[in-house]
Amino acid sequence: MPPVIQLEHVWKTYRSADVELHAVRDVSLQIERGEFVAIMGASGSGKSTMMNILGCLDKPTQGRFLLDGCDVSTLDRDGLADIRNQKVGFVFQGFNLLTRTSALENVELPMMYSRNSLGSREMRHRAQEALALVGLANRADHHPNQLSGGQQQRVAIARALVNQPALLLADEPTGNLDSKTSIEIMEVFQTLNEQGITIVMVTHEHDIAQYNKRCIVMRDGVVRSDSPVLERLDAKAQHAALENA
Amino acid sequence: MTALATFHLALRALQRNKLRSLLTMLGIVIGVGAVVAMVGIGNGAKAQVEAQIATLGQNVILIFPGSSFSGGVQSGSGGVGTLKLEDAKAIADEVSGVVAVSPGTRVTSQLGFGNQNWSTSVAGEAPEYFDIRQWEIVEGSGFTEQDVRAASKVAVIGATVAKQLFGEEESIGQIMRVRNVPFQVIGVLKPKGTSIMGSDQDDVVIVPYSTVMKRLSGATNLRMISVQCISEDRTQAVVNGITDLMRQRHRLGQDRENDFMVRSQQEIAEMATATSKVLRLLLGAIASVSLVVGGIGIMNIMLVSVTERTREIGIRIALGAHGTDILKQFLIEAVTLSSLGGLIGILLGLGTSTLLSRFAGWPTLTSANAIIIAFLFSAAVGVFFGLYPAKKAAALDPIDALRYE
Repeated sequence: MPPVIQLEHVWKTYRSADVELHAVRDVSLQIERGEFVAIMGASGSGKSTMMNILGCLDKPTQGRFLLDGCDVSTLDRDGLADIRNQKVGFVFQGFNLLTRTSALENVELPMMYSRNSLGSREMRHRAQEALALVGLANRADHHPNQLSGGQQQRVAIARALVNQPALLLADEPTGNLDSKTSIEIMEVFQTLNEQGITIVMVTHEHDIAQYNKRCIVMRDGVVRSDSPVLERLDAKAQHAALENA
Repeated sequence: MTALATFHLALRALQRNKLRSLLTMLGIVIGVGAVVAMVGIGNGAKAQVEAQIATLGQNVILIFPGSSFSGGVQSGSGGVGTLKLEDAKAIADEVSGVVAVSPGTRVTSQLGFGNQNWSTSVAGEAPEYFDIRQWEIVEGSGFTEQDVRAASKVAVIGATVAKQLFGEEESIGQIMRVRNVPFQVIGVLKPKGTSIMGSDQDDVVIVPYSTVMKRLSGATNLRMISVQCISEDRTQAVVNGITDLMRQRHRLGQDRENDFMVRSQQEIAEMATATSKVLRLLLGAIASVSLVVGGIGIMNIMLVSVTERTREIGIRIALGAHGTDILKQFLIEAVTLSSLGGLIGILLGLGTSTLLSRFAGWPTLTSANAIIIAFLFSAAVGVFFGLYPAKKAAALDPIDALRYE
């Protein structure tokens, strides 16, 4: 089975006027199935660019990127859209749910854009299942403005999971949440990871990174360190401790 | 995404901004409404004029006296009698394609019956006149060639005259006075209604032409010659034949203008419809301007909508929407706006023309074709003006769109 992510000497260069800016320099990286990886770094370290490349929103200027064994570097705009739809689940910092649209319909959205389209009943069924997986089965009819931040992020996670992607990609998933809700969300991620889902998240918070299994630190477009997380935190235990306090 | 789902999406988006959608549609509503009402009124007016032209008869050619030139004096048109009885006879005998000819004279007279009196136009015509004008005699009968030869004092009267002079009384066989000459009423004509010129065609008394010439006016000139042509496609040939014959008979040299006028029914119809055609074109131009302005309104709102929903578009693209999915979504939204406006406009137009015909008495005639074309045109306006905003939305970069505040 191929690794979920395989980067080979990837560069991303932005050109403005005659200044060349290397946002990512010669990064080679491999992430296997079932991993739970945090990408950390200060702003300008190239972690957002890495995120865009891993999410197939952007293509590397140089080098090869294989996502689930599929070479992304050669795809056009529509090909990238299909890869995003089938293989990547996105969770954003600002949730990015469609307003005035129910939780269920938000979760159905990726299936709407699948090339092999499902019937509306099947879509509804799968969306219900995904919502149940994040503990929101009873909130399906609620609109985003009727949900708390943590609940909105759960809807976003359900949406990311609904097409059974190879990779769950989260960009600062706890950035807009308080610390208690952050722990709740990390608990969802840990549970999903235990079920075998590969998760990569970008964060700048050290304590959030502590819930991951592996931590990659970037600076000036290169990988500074890549190591397993020692003293890993268990969100469930943390959550229970908070409840008891 | 399926077409149905996209359509559903577009409807939802429009529903969210009901007032805005309604205002955006207004331009199209007014444009299409104007087109439909205008076509209805135009067709109605045309049908009415055509019906009036048809009262002239079938394949009728009319000859009127023109201006003549004699001894250095140019007389006004119709002022001098240039049409003679012999002209009418010659046309009947010599021009091929002519079925019937009736020489006509006119005199305005006071009619009297008992203590009633009525002033009207007395027309002297040949017996063929009733056939040429396809004018049915509903009571009694017409006069004959015998009556013409004898200059009989017999009269066929129009419906208006019958009503004014005899009221409810039986008119056939009654003796009425025309310029104090007693005439026997032998027939009553079927009503024909208003002429193209707006005069009452039924306010008339028709007697043999010889009777007018000998007993009423004493004039020998004709006011008009009515000719019936054998078929519509021979009309122009007959008009030319009559013109040539008349020029020859009136000894008009190469450099002299006609001292008579020949008008075919088609020419009269064209003259009568010319004004309404100009009016229709003018109304049509105004309506199209309104449609274009409405289209620009749609484009404007769609551009605003694309900007407002940049983030939504970013989410959709990130989740796997193709450019064409986004294009379709916004295009269908624009087309839904414009065709909905079109539908409302059609209803408005139909309502306006119904009201106009009911309360203002204007004749209107709505055609299914005009309605279908108006609807398709409004949809086309949506495609045309929606394409640019939709393309703009489809071309958005997902990274920038997601970051858009």
